[in-house]
Amino acid sequence: MRMLRGAVVVVGVLGLLASTSACAAEEEPLVVSAAASLTDVLPRIGERFAAGHDGPEIVYDFAGSSTLAEQIRQGSPSDVFVSADVAVMDQLADVPAVGEPVVVASNVLQVAVPPGNPAGVTGLADFGRPELRLVACAPEVPCGSAAEQVFAAAGVTPALDSEETDVRAVVTKVGQDEADAGLVYRTDVIAAGGRVEGVDVAEAAAVVNEYPAAPLTGGAHPEEGRQLVEFLTGPEAQQLLAEAGFGPP
Amino acid sequence: MTPRPLGRPPWPLLLAAGLALLWLTVPLLGLLVRAPWPRAAGLLAEPEALQALGLSLGTATVATVVVLLLGVPLAWVLSRPGLPGAGVLRALVTVPLILPPVVGGVALLTVLGRSGLLGAPLHEATGLALPFTPAAVVVAQVFVGLPFLVLSVEGSLRALDPRSEEVAATLGASAGYTFTRVTLPTVAPGVLAGAVLAWARALGEFGATITFAGNFPGRTRTVPLEVYLALQSDPDAAVLLSVVLMAVSLVVLVLLRGRWVNRW
Repeated sequence: MRMLRGAVVVVGVLGLLASTSACAAEEEPLVVSAAASLTDVLPRIGERFAAGHDGPEIVYDFAGSSTLAEQIRQGSPSDVFVSADVAVMDQLADVPAVGEPVVVASNVLQVAVPPGNPAGVTGLADFGRPELRLVACAPEVPCGSAAEQVFAAAGVTPALDSEETDVRAVVTKVGQDEADAGLVYRTDVIAAGGRVEGVDVAEAAAVVNEYPAAPLTGGAHPEEGRQLVEFLTGPEAQQLLAEAGFGPP
Repeated sequence: MTPRPLGRPPWPLLLAAGLALLWLTVPLLGLLVRAPWPRAAGLLAEPEALQALGLSLGTATVATVVVLLLGVPLAWVLSRPGLPGAGVLRALVTVPLILPPVVGGVALLTVLGRSGLLGAPLHEATGLALPFTPAAVVVAQVFVGLPFLVLSVEGSLRALDPRSEEVAATLGASAGYTFTRVTLPTVAPGVLAGAVLAWARALGEFGATITFAGNFPGRTRTVPLEVYLALQSDPDAAVLLSVVLMAVSLVVLVLLRGRWVNRW
């Protein structure tokens, strides 16, 4: 009886270990790790890419660029990496699994306000008003370093109430009417679809954020990964990116 | 079945226990190995790190006091025999345990945010709004920490011999006197254990805080938020800060045990 129960525990543990390797035997998908701001547009591009040829299924891992870069450095089995920031991609230059990056899109900042713009925000100067509740990204993340540069270009010292770690969190705070204004990417305002309104700011043009994409050799489909990166610079993908509010590379 | 004499513990039990211990400690060892020890002194002297640590310890301690003041009475009510709807109430208490903390943060915003169900009238009447303040951090921590205390104290209360309360009553003690002088001292170890769990949970709270309270240095950026932010720019610093948070909480817990638990 005692031996039997012991055997059950051992079999259970072995089963757990075996289940992780059993997955590897199945057909591996093409894994795309991409910046969170591409969450809506990239699967649409992927559909077009897949329609063109008989390839593996595509799965997406959307997160902050820096988080994804760290995972790739630790050997995550991705085939393509699209970063929202050139600096983050450059940090991977010494990782052998990362191929030559190519810029596939660009983005500029825009002020997001709750529907109806209750605080009457008209531009970056409003970010200096301490009575307003204002949010932007923290300087440590790409959208925050872009925001810092735009504020500097406009000569505004922002009276922020919160420095969020990703741009979607800024959109959420504004969309919930917890903040009177937030500085986000133009594409985030479009993706929010009515939950927030965009206010264009002229100074934003001074800081254009570029999105580099690189094929990786750490996954199961390096060749398809290389083709997808190439496809991203093609006319079909560029059309979809433009519809989502991205600028040309 | 006759009881076996106590001898060598069964090996499957030891194997599983060893596995459980490894499961818990190996990831921590990973942090210790990776932490950038030569940079430790410099990184920890950074004002951001100290500020976050101070804010974390302060808010978690205030949250624990609130949890104690509200949680012990709730546990007492739940432990009363024959309480109608006790099963439903108990299930409600455990909701924050299973709710993803980020969802908890959204829920708090929906009620206590500037345009929330209760937050909007408050904002109109006083101009005050909870989000983006240290008070919001405490609210989030109480939300996630309260169940730990309530479940722990309720368990102790239910294990209590009801006759001790009856004896106190027959000796002429009032209900309030009985609660503070008989019931509470008896379940003190459960209260302490629950408070420690709630404090630890509050110290590690991330999702509800970042969603509900926001993220601003010195005001709402606790250590877990600082760690998450540092992960984006300086992962080694993030690891070091996590190790410090673990060390601080372990020291406090060990000291508490030595100081208090032996007395009971």
